[in-house]
Amino acid sequence: MRRERIRALAPLEQPATREELRVRQLRARDLLRGDLDGAELEKHVEESVLATTLEKVLNWGRANAMFPATFGLACCAIEMMAIVSPRYDIARFGAEAMRASPRQADFLILSGRVSIKMAPVVRRLYDQMLEPKWVISMGACSSSGGMFANYAVVQGADKFMPVDIHVPGCPPRPEALLYGFNKLQRKILGNPDAGWRARYNAAGTEEWAHDETITDGGIEEYQRAREIARAAADA
Amino acid sequence: MSSTDTTRGSTEPRGGDRLARTDARVIGTSPVERTAIEEGLEREEELLTINMGPHHPATHGVLRLLVSLEGEIVRDLKPIMGYVHTGIEKNCEDKAYWKVIPFVERMDYISYFFQMEAFCGAVERLLELEIPARAQYLRVIHLELNRIHSHLVWLGTSALDLGAMSMFFYCFRERDRILDLFEMSTGQRMHTRYFQVGGVFEDIPVGFARNLRAFCDEMPSRIDQYEALLTRNEIFLQRTKGIGVVSKERLLDLGVTGPLLRAAGEPWDLRKADPSLCYGDLDFRIPVGTVGDGWDRYRVRVQEMRESVRIIEQALEGMPEGPWIVDDRKVALPPRHELSTSMESLIHHFKLVTEGFRVPPGETYNPIESPRGELGCLVVADGSAKPARVHFRDPSFVNLQALRDMCLDGYIADLIQNLAMLDPILGGIDR
Amino acid sequence: MPDAPGLELIAQELNDAQEGSVVGTYHEHGQACLIVDPRHILHVLRWLRDTPAQQYRFLAGLHAADYLPAEPRFGVHYELLNMARVERVRVRAALADPGGEELPELDSCVELFPTAEFQEREAYDFFGISFRGHPDQRRILMPEDYVGWPQRRDFPMGGEPVIFTRDEPTAPGWYE
Repeated sequence: MRRERIRALAPLEQPATREELRVRQLRARDLLRGDLDGAELEKHVEESVLATTLEKVLNWGRANAMFPATFGLACCAIEMMAIVSPRYDIARFGAEAMRASPRQADFLILSGRVSIKMAPVVRRLYDQMLEPKWVISMGACSSSGGMFANYAVVQGADKFMPVDIHVPGCPPRPEALLYGFNKLQRKILGNPDAGWRARYNAAGTEEWAHDETITDGGIEEYQRAREIARAAADA
Repeated sequence: MSSTDTTRGSTEPRGGDRLARTDARVIGTSPVERTAIEEGLEREEELLTINMGPHHPATHGVLRLLVSLEGEIVRDLKPIMGYVHTGIEKNCEDKAYWKVIPFVERMDYISYFFQMEAFCGAVERLLELEIPARAQYLRVIHLELNRIHSHLVWLGTSALDLGAMSMFFYCFRERDRILDLFEMSTGQRMHTRYFQVGGVFEDIPVGFARNLRAFCDEMPSRIDQYEALLTRNEIFLQRTKGIGVVSKERLLDLGVTGPLLRAAGEPWDLRKADPSLCYGDLDFRIPVGTVGDGWDRYRVRVQEMRESVRIIEQALEGMPEGPWIVDDRKVALPPRHELSTSMESLIHHFKLVTEGFRVPPGETYNPIESPRGELGCLVVADGSAKPARVHFRDPSFVNLQALRDMCLDGYIADLIQNLAMLDPILGGIDR
Repeated sequence: MPDAPGLELIAQELNDAQEGSVVGTYHEHGQACLIVDPRHILHVLRWLRDTPAQQYRFLAGLHAADYLPAEPRFGVHYELLNMARVERVRVRAALADPGGEELPELDSCVELFPTAEFQEREAYDFFGISFRGHPDQRRILMPEDYVGWPQRRDFPMGGEPVIFTRDEPTAPGWYE
């Protein structure tokens, strides 16, 4: 029971509004005075003390000690080798132990174009990795097929496997890959970078598909999704 | 598959080649077999077929090898390729000639300037264009820098395969310096799209010559460092001496060119035999080996790095002033400042960017010496702005046929070494 | 490269030895090319390799090209090299497409030049040109069960169209 409650918490719970922050401050004041008890006390302990949950510690450990699976397919692989080299040094982020075996690896850097012959192999390797696992799709070719819009290249690795971070470039500079890796680390820590629409306060500028193109099966979900988006934009 | 007959468990060294060391181990009979033969026991007949790759740390890229083993001895080897086949050649048929350049660059992704040179040279021959002298020198400088880059990556990854991990870091340190130079002159570290049909894209900036000279001054001492680590290293010698020897005649039959052929004793280098660009004006030597084992291949490539540094120094000294791309506005983009003054330039620019230049019908094959061997580009033109066929004769693709000969009746650990010394780049093999 | 008269002499000698081998010559951009009837390709290659005056003993490359809509449709180019004189000559086998399900056929030159093994497999893989006598004719770069000959000119390029927002109404279901 305890564990469920711990897992139910977000690892980094910042107060969402000023009211919530005020409530927390008042609770802390009451605690110091000895006035806090019952449900209030429990809630306070959850928020402040158990906020340093096991989950958070585990995530910190996972993010800072990741074993990449070397998956060099093509040109991006050379730049991926360059991040191990002393100038760009992924070792300072804890990830220089590149494991060839997927069973021992944490995340997959899919570097290079995925051809149709290689796609089932990649998928099988991804399936062989143990949870938790992440995927960085490095370069334009594995993110979207790159410049090769032809019969031989899968137009984006996320056609057959889930991808967490896409790093654009052809090939991306090692610094770009490191930036993508840091982004993945922040995602693992539970503090994912906000999308650009949130950063630039541009909610409501999404280009949604027109209603006419959606078949009956999906229209309720779509409308529900729009409601949620609209509510988030208004909030 | 091959025409040589391999007798299993024979007691002579494979192929009758002389091995370099007097106490060389006899490849062909494992100690187990020898004991069994001595004791009059039955020989092991069971073959185990294992699959190496396509995802494997030691195959240089996504190469799949089906290896049939008897104990630890390789009895049969089948390479399976195509895991990074990108359909580049077909894609090129759909693009204007200058748009093809970024495509063909990405075939052999370590020696990208060479692919550009093979293609641009072929199109220039079809157009009967003579590129200006400065452009030739600039091309040679970048080609030789790319050759050093390719050999550095090869040395780093091969030494990594054999266990010498620190070589990887040293080689990549130098590689980053070369990429800095590329970034300075072309704007990109890899896949620079620098060579254009008619010359090069842009002149080198101020400071490039100084940086290049500093690099050339320092590089020989770095190569000395690499040699100090590996050349007399007992472990490296044990692993490479006498391993993977294939006779010169067999290599020629298999179409192998490049450092592999030169290590076996055949002094064949297209830069000397059939010089293009300004290689004829430069003074350099071709390193040639004697035995053709892994150690010779290593020595040939390291010496080639030194010779490339000399070539770059000479090219830098001898580089003339002048235009860096041909003057023919129908082929090369006019300089930007002309676009605001000359109507003709504007029209030429427009035509070149939207449609591209047309090449009269014809076909040609342009071979050059890439770090792996003879890289040839066949371009078939049909008079339109898009090539009708672009096909590359890739050296790694042809050299891979030698892998079976190199590895048969050797240990599987030597297979790793042979593959490393073969220097295959799967992007070139699969295109 | 043999110059134009030299090329004509070679063509003449080849036709003398076996009638109808060389159907044309082509000397442009400093390169010599013999256009050969595909039925006599082995004779031509063997003659060029073994005749004491020729000795083109190195097959540098084997390329296949599709000349659609020109006839004959396929051309298989053999790049021959004489290392001693540094001379190259190209032999082009002009192969017609029999049409339908049948594959165009050509004799394999693996006995003459072992280097052709992988390169002929590549020509088979991409153009469907079948080489008689090849020890191991199967696909080399495409998946083994692939259907179609990708580098033929009538094979579609493939890939996916880029869908812009304005195209979404006409490309339904893209989000699935």
